[in-house]
Parts: sequence; C-alpha cells; structure tokens
Amino acid sequence: MTNHWVDIKNADVILVMGGNAAEAHPCGFKWVTEAMEHRKAKLVVVDPRFTRSAAVSDFYAPLRAGSDIAFLGGVINYLLANNKVHMDYVKAFTNATFLIREDYEFKDGLFSGYDEAKRSYDKTTWAYQLDKEGYAMVDETMENQNCVWQLMKKHYSRYTPEMVEKTSGTPKADFLKVAEMIGSTATPDKVLTILYALGWTQHSHGSQNIRTMAMIQLLLGNMGRPGGGVNALRGHANVQGITDMCTFSANLPGYLVSPTDGDTTFEEYKTRRTPKPLRPNQMNFPQNFSKWHVSLMKAWYGDAATADNNFAYDWLPKRDGAHDLMDTVERIHQGKINGFIIQGFNPLAALPNKKKVGSALAKLKYMVVMDPLRTDTSEFWKNFGELNNVKPEEIQTEVIRLPTSCFAEDPGTFTNSGRVIQWHWAGAEPPGEAKSDREIIANIFTRLRAAYAKDGGKFPDPILKLTWAYSNPTHPSAEEILREINGRALKDVTDPKDPTKVLVQAGQQLPGFAMLRDDGSTACGNWIYCGVWSQAGNNSARRDTSDPSGVGNTLNWGFAWPANRRVLYNRANSDPKTGQPWDAKRPGIRWTGSAWAGVDIPDIAPALGPDSGAGPFIMTPEGVARLFSLGGMAEGPFPEHYEPFETPLGENPFHPGKKNVVSNPAARVFKSDMGSFGKAEEFPYAATTYRLTEHFHFWTKNIESNAIVQPAAFVEIGEELAKEKGIKNGQMVKVRSNRGEIKAAAVVTKRIKMLDCGGKKVHHVGIPIHWGFVGVARDGFLANELTPFVADANTQTPEYKAFLVNIEKA
Amino acid sequence: MQSLDVQNRSATTTASPQVRVAKEPVAKLIDISKCIGCKACQVACMQWNDLRDEIGTMGGVYDNPTDLTDQSWTVMRFSEVQRGQDGRLEWLIRKDGCMHCEDPGCLKACPAPGAIVKYANGIVDFVSENCIGCGYCIAGCPFNVPRISKKDNKAYKCSLCSDRVAVGQAPACVKTCPTGALLFGAKDEMVARGAKRVNDLKERGHAQAALYNPQGVGGTHVMYVLQHGDRPDLYSGLPVDPKISPWVALWKGITKPLLSIGLGLAVLGAFFHYVTRGPKEEEPGGKA
Repeated sequence: MTNHWVDIKNADVILVMGGNAAEAHPCGFKWVTEAMEHRKAKLVVVDPRFTRSAAVSDFYAPLRAGSDIAFLGGVINYLLANNKVHMDYVKAFTNATFLIREDYEFKDGLFSGYDEAKRSYDKTTWAYQLDKEGYAMVDETMENQNCVWQLMKKHYSRYTPEMVEKTSGTPKADFLKVAEMIGSTATPDKVLTILYALGWTQHSHGSQNIRTMAMIQLLLGNMGRPGGGVNALRGHANVQGITDMCTFSANLPGYLVSPTDGDTTFEEYKTRRTPKPLRPNQMNFPQNFSKWHVSLMKAWYGDAATADNNFAYDWLPKRDGAHDLMDTVERIHQGKINGFIIQGFNPLAALPNKKKVGSALAKLKYMVVMDPLRTDTSEFWKNFGELNNVKPEEIQTEVIRLPTSCFAEDPGTFTNSGRVIQWHWAGAEPPGEAKSDREIIANIFTRLRAAYAKDGGKFPDPILKLTWAYSNPTHPSAEEILREINGRALKDVTDPKDPTKVLVQAGQQLPGFAMLRDDGSTACGNWIYCGVWSQAGNNSARRDTSDPSGVGNTLNWGFAWPANRRVLYNRANSDPKTGQPWDAKRPGIRWTGSAWAGVDIPDIAPALGPDSGAGPFIMTPEGVARLFSLGGMAEGPFPEHYEPFETPLGENPFHPGKKNVVSNPAARVFKSDMGSFGKAEEFPYAATTYRLTEHFHFWTKNIESNAIVQPAAFVEIGEELAKEKGIKNGQMVKVRSNRGEIKAAAVVTKRIKMLDCGGKKVHHVGIPIHWGFVGVARDGFLANELTPFVADANTQTPEYKAFLVNIEKA
Repeated sequence: MQSLDVQNRSATTTASPQVRVAKEPVAKLIDISKCIGCKACQVACMQWNDLRDEIGTMGGVYDNPTDLTDQSWTVMRFSEVQRGQDGRLEWLIRKDGCMHCEDPGCLKACPAPGAIVKYANGIVDFVSENCIGCGYCIAGCPFNVPRISKKDNKAYKCSLCSDRVAVGQAPACVKTCPTGALLFGAKDEMVARGAKRVNDLKERGHAQAALYNPQGVGGTHVMYVLQHGDRPDLYSGLPVDPKISPWVALWKGITKPLLSIGLGLAVLGAFFHYVTRGPKEEEPGGKA
C-alpha cells in the first residue's frame, strides 16, 4: 500500500477491483465500513462475481475475468474526454508534459522495438527527448504531439464505452456509472482509494492492471494524499515483510536489484543501478544506491568486505537468467535442479498446473519441507485415489520433513500491507520436536560452514566469511536479527558538511538510512528497515495508539518503512507552488516557510521547499510520476489490453484478426507449455480461482473450526449456465481444463451472470481453492489441477485468475 | 449471571429476587448493511462456548452449518434477492440466532421449573440442568431458534454470552466482528444507534430501511438494521410480525393450574406434539 489500512477511513470513494477485500481481508475491511459510516464514503465493486464486498457496496458492476485493462483504459478515456482531471496536479507532479522520442510508436497492438523470436522488446524508443545537458524536454502547453499527455490521449481514445462493453462485458450504463463515481474525485476536496489484491496480480498482464489504476489515481490527483493511493492488500500477515527481505531471486533485501552475469565488475553494477537525474534540482533518491548496497555487504560480510575487494562483490551470485518459481519448476523438470528446500510453502497446491509440478517433484533426489503443518506437497508421492493418482513405487524422491513452530509460537515481526513493521511475542511453546525456522536454518548453515572449513571446496569464501555473530550460533534470536537488519555504525559516522561532527558513534544502532555510507563505515541488512531498531530500542514493538491529527497515522505505533512514513509521496498532498494542502480539511505535510512539517514524516528533504522545484516522486530521476513508464515495464510504456492466454473470445477485440497480439506478447512461455493452452471450442467457459473468507489458502483445511463453517470444495456457476447444462444446485460436477480436471459440488447462483461481449455470450466458472488431500476438512481436488503455466511478464506471478474450462455433471 | 439477577423463571410461581438495583437492559445490534457474512461470529461462538458441530457437506449454499443446532447457536443465512425485472441483485446475509425477546415465548411455554430464565438485563437463558427436553420452547419461539440435542435431549440456544456480559464483556460474536456489523450495549443506546444507521441507509437510497425490534414480542434484545424494513421476510424468512403462538397463552392462562394439581400431562403432551411438529410453513426467499 502506498497508504495504510487506517487511512482508508479518509476516502470519499472506495473502489474494490482486482480483489475482494471483504472476503479476503475482513479485518482491514473495517476501515471501509468506517469510511462509509463516518465520511459517507461510497463503495464501488467491479468483479466477475457479485462478491461479499459487493454485498455491502453502493454499486456493483460485472466484468469478464482478465479484461481489467479494457475497463480501466475506458475510465482513463472517460476522465480525459469529460475533463475529470486534477490538472494542476497532473501538470506539476506527472510526466504529462514530457516529450517522448519521435521514433516511439504503437501500431497494431505492438509498441516499437518488438522482437517476436525473443518475445521481448528493445525499449530504446520508449524514452524522453533529452536536451544537451541530458535532461528530459518538456512542453508546458502539452500541445506537442509527442508529449505524454497527447500520446496518452491518443492511446486511450480507442477505449470507448462501447469497446469496454464489447471486451469486458460490462453493460455500458454500468460502466459509465462507475466511471462517473471514480471521476467525482478529480476535485481537490475529494479522494478515491483503490483496494486490490491477487485479482489484479495473477494475470499474464497483472502488473499493467495495477499501472493502469496508478495512472487513474495520478489523473485524479489522488496519490500521496490521505484517503488515496494505490493499495495492494497483501495476502498473508507477513508477505510484505517477505517481499521486503528478498524472496525474489532478482532482488537483494530492500528491492536492490541483484547482479546479473552482465555486471562483470562492481563499477558496472553500481553505475547501472544509480540513475542520473532526468530533470534539474530533483532528489533522485536512488542515487544513494551504493550506500545501501555497501552497507548490506558490510552486514553480511563484516570485516571481510573491504574497499579493496569491492566489498565482497565477487561473492554475490550473478543471475544467468530467470530464477523465479515457475522457472525453478521448469528447471527441476529438465533435471537441472535435483534438491529442493521448501520453507513454509506448499508448491504442489500453490503453483499452477499440478500435474507438471507433481511430475517435477518426482524427479528430485531429495526434498526438505519445513512447515508447521502436514502439507499436500510433503505427501505428493502418496496415492490419494483420484485426488493424487500417483504410483509411489515409481517415485524415488527422498522427502525430509522438518516440523517448524508456527507464527504464534515464535517472536518476531510481521510487516503488514501498510508497511508497518509490528513485533509479536510468542504465545506458546512449539509442540513436540518442532523448532523455529531460525534454528533450523542456523543448524543447516553452521554444519555447511563446518564442512567447507574441513574439506575446502571450489569457492568457500562466501560461506566461510559470512558474519554469524549471534550469541547462540545455532539459534539466533529474533531480536538479534532485527537489530542486524536495522544496522549499526562500524566507525563514527560524521556529517558530510562538517567532518568534525559525529552523527552516530561507532557501535551504535543507526537511526535511519540517511546515515548509511558507502565507505564501509555502516552495516545495514535492509536499508528500508533502517530505524526499526534504533538506539531507542525496538521501535516495531511500540504500541502507542495516540493520533493527535485524527487522520490515523499513529506515528508511535510500530515502525513503518521507509523512515516511519505512513503515506508515501506525501509531498503531493500539497500545492506545488504554495506547499499548502490541496484540501485544508485533509492534513498531510505542509511547507512552514522554512521546512516541511505536519502529521507524517515528509517524503522529501525537509528543506526542499516549493521554490526548489523538487518534485514529490523522489524515487524517479525526474521527480514526477510516470504516466508513460519509459522502459520500466516488459510489455509497453502504456498499458494495453491483451487477452488472457486462454480467451473465450479467441481474439483481442482491440486488434481483431491479429494473432500475435491476442495475449501479452512479452509474457514468457516455456516451450514445453506452448501446447498446454486450451481453446474456446473445447473449453468454452471463462474460469477464475479465488479464496473464501472462511479459509486461509491451504492451511485452515487443517483446522476444525474453519472446516465446520466451510467444509467442502465447490465451484460456482450462474443460473443460465446451470440451466443450459442441466446442473442442479449442490450436484457434483466435473470441471476440465486442457491440463486436468476436478470434481466438486456446484453452487448455482444469481451472483454470476452471463456477460454479453459484443454478441458473444460468456459464462464464468468460479473455483475456490482451499481444498486438498490432507487436513480435517473434506478431501477435495487441488484447484491448480486446472490452471495454466504462464505468468505476468514482469513479476512471473501465475495467471490463476483467467483461463478456460468445460463443465458437466459428474 | 447470578440468581439474584433473575427476573423471570419458567413454570414457577415463586417470586423473583428484587433486592438488587435493577440492571440496565442490554441489546445486541446486528447491522446487516455492514455484514459481510464472514462467519467469524460463528467461530467465536463455538470457541467461547466450547461447541463443535459436525464437519458437514457442501449442499449448494454458503450457509454452513446449514441450520441452528445444539452445537451451532448462531448461523449466517445467505439470501440472493433480485426484485423486479431489472432489479439489482442483493446478497442479504443475516446472522440468525436467539432474539432474546422482552416477552419470551420459550419461557412462557416451558413446563420445567427454572429451565428458562430471563435476567433483569433482558437476556433469556436456558438453565440446561433443569431442562426436561420436551421441546415446548421450540413451539413457543416465534423465531424457530431452540434446538434439542440428540446427545443429551436438552434444548440449547444462544445465551447472549450471559457469562461474559455478567463480568462486563461483550458477547463473543460482537467482540470478534471485524466490520462493526455487531454492536452491544445498553438497549436505549443500541436503539439510538440503530436509528442513526437507518438514516444513513435512507440517504443511500434505501427508503424503507428500518430497525427490527418487533413489538409483537415486546421488543427484542437482539435487533437488526434492515435495508428493507418493509420486507423482513427477504432476509431468509425473518418473521414480519412475530407473535407468541396463542396456544402458549392458552397453556399459561387455563391449563397451567391443571399441572399444579398433577393432571392432564399426557393430554398436553400430545397437544404440544401437534404444536411442535405442526403445520410447516415454506420459507420465502431463495437460498445460496
């Protein structure tokens, strides 16, 4: 979330799309009901199904699964055509006025630079026109045909309400009503928030779904403002923390892009990741990259990381290509990986195309499962009849289960969707032989290190030299690790303007990332967490609910990254020229005449006043937000509608007859999966998977209370489809995709309506995911028997939300 | 709750204790316009009261367990309502359970001395050790709430967590409700709060919004905020104008003296069997 949970109460219009907040985030949803009761906020829900969120909404509109960009592109067109734009904001705080290279082009569904063989783009032309000093050129009048404003207008002029109806199946009147409600917040005194989740991410064009919404929020002037922002509701108590700490193979902690095999020297690596300013007088905050990186290496390698050895740069692995989860499964499949350590993860249930995942696991030599629960994955080799029809005698994978404590049996932190890091205390002892994840990992590491020390090896230094200064090396405490993540001064840290002035004494915990240095004098395990455990102690454990401003920022509750800031880009809440809030009733930070101050930690250098010309979007080298995203995205600088890889329409309504742009032309498809996609002729129905409020992923099927309130697997279909197929409510049905089939009870409902997409009737089949073959709930099929093995082109998040099936009575 | 707080007891003519300063009537307010049907209240109820129903099956509806039982003192009932040709769909979700009537039909109908009590704060509670399992409370209830256990042949229903309320805590369901759809407090305050919510719903276009506090049973200590106050039946068959069956009044007025002289028990048993199992009415409204 750019904002945070409590901040939802400050919204005037709440859009729930690409998610189902009431269903999946019932506790956070309290801030929606709060806004509705106390601010008279309106709740709008757009979803293929009439959901639990829709049940308490002011307005609901349906759309076809996988057509969000068509809908949101339609909203952009509506805002531009009806002048529902916060123009002062857009001109000052976005790149609307910036000039794009004249050789940039969008034609026949493709942007300039496409390489069909590689399924990727050369992004050279997706760039600003630069002046002699290397700064981007702008046209304040926005009349130049190559300025972002004009290019955007042209791009989205095709997204008419008629095209939205034809593509998304949303009745035109319903679409216009939603567009009007969204557009009502274009004035400075009204703010809209968007709550989304996996309904936007789990598509082959998921990142672009979110970007389209970000563009809308920029046009409305809602970024950086209380009650606004683009808000991802994360799916797990600590999934934000996991992301922050680097579970992605392409990142080091704190979103520092990890080196690739092209970064042959430390200098190259640093240069490529330290952007040059694109406009004068901007903060260009990522220019500090080397300070964050070197401090990380000092945290990892301590005295062994020196200026002479480039702070141990050579010890970091260099990526030779993708290493995401989908790719890992593919590599196991190809026999390139033969050992798999699985920590708190149930890939057989959680990854698409269960058949492929199961047959990959069967090729492993060994598999270690660290989990508090018996998982389906750990029993992938057992025969559970039609639910898991394998031959154990043919599977040689050695499975080792290491029982772990669960979150309530271990202290540590959760980082919630609003980036607030909160300490939690252990509520009980773990049962039996269960050990904390830290203890298990530490034992694996210390044994590995001992083996390297004894036997040597090809490249022992990265293991042998790793800092491991815990009081008990085989059981580091959560406190020690959080202190290490925060970081400390290794030498006295001095003021760059006055080297005689010591800011932090050697040995002290660092107060924030402004103190990080790239000369080896500071260590920090994750720059964005710097400040969480300062000299004042464990700030994540703070529990002060006081909220003097009433906007809900509670600055002394836990610690929000970065810098305890609660609303990102909060400089944008104030007028560019005066520095005073756009809406006096909506306090954020304001310019006092000499500094920024207010009810949040300013997201700009305190002394960079309105006269400085510094923009609020400090993480871009141009200081403004990007309506045109330059080379940031894999499939284009403006989001374009592409169909899911399995489409009920068979073609892209925006590009009829063009076979190469039906689906995302830049999404990766493994050769072996090319034939695994089904066609509408054989699988005519649009399917989507989702979660239910009674359950949490594949965990709570192990819990009696949850099983009682939602005991068994089901699929949902509309009354029209049920009638066509002769399916009665509660009857068992068989759902097939080109990859597998499941059986479950049918729920026949009015909540899923047939959609009319330009004369083509589209039915949806809804598939909740929570069942499997272990646990106390009734056994059921893993929903991922059905889902396709293809993912978002930027994040490699699988396309669980839109594919094709057929359905019949079982 | 202590015996000193008992205001009424079933099947007894003994006077209730009166020395205590009268307790303020309490109420639970269920705001259906804020309810997302998450069933956290169901789980809280089973955990606080140590109840575990069967792990059932999926019969085509979200209602699980599908009905109130001796183990499920509250269940969510989901109703898909689409009125008129182009009417917009509504998913009306009602938390069902004991309404804690000011004039409780179950207590009136109960022949077992002290098996059903009403406390001074309005809570109607079953004192299970006194229950004889006759099922008359079911006949007396206009909301079809009590259920007889197959395990011990005694009647059970929501106690409004009288044990929690007695020590100043809200019922478990209210404590756990994530969206503020459940509130608990003094009845006056809950009525005022309900009126405010009704106004808000009217502003949002629900012209017929109303507070459900039916006077046919003297008002209730569990009240609903309904978007469609004119059509309670849309909410999985919530009674439009609940009243205690006239047979119960007859039992109280005429036949009770017969019991005191030890006559007519068998006759009455048969009589009430008819009332209990008696003509069934179809519940209006679709289910899912």
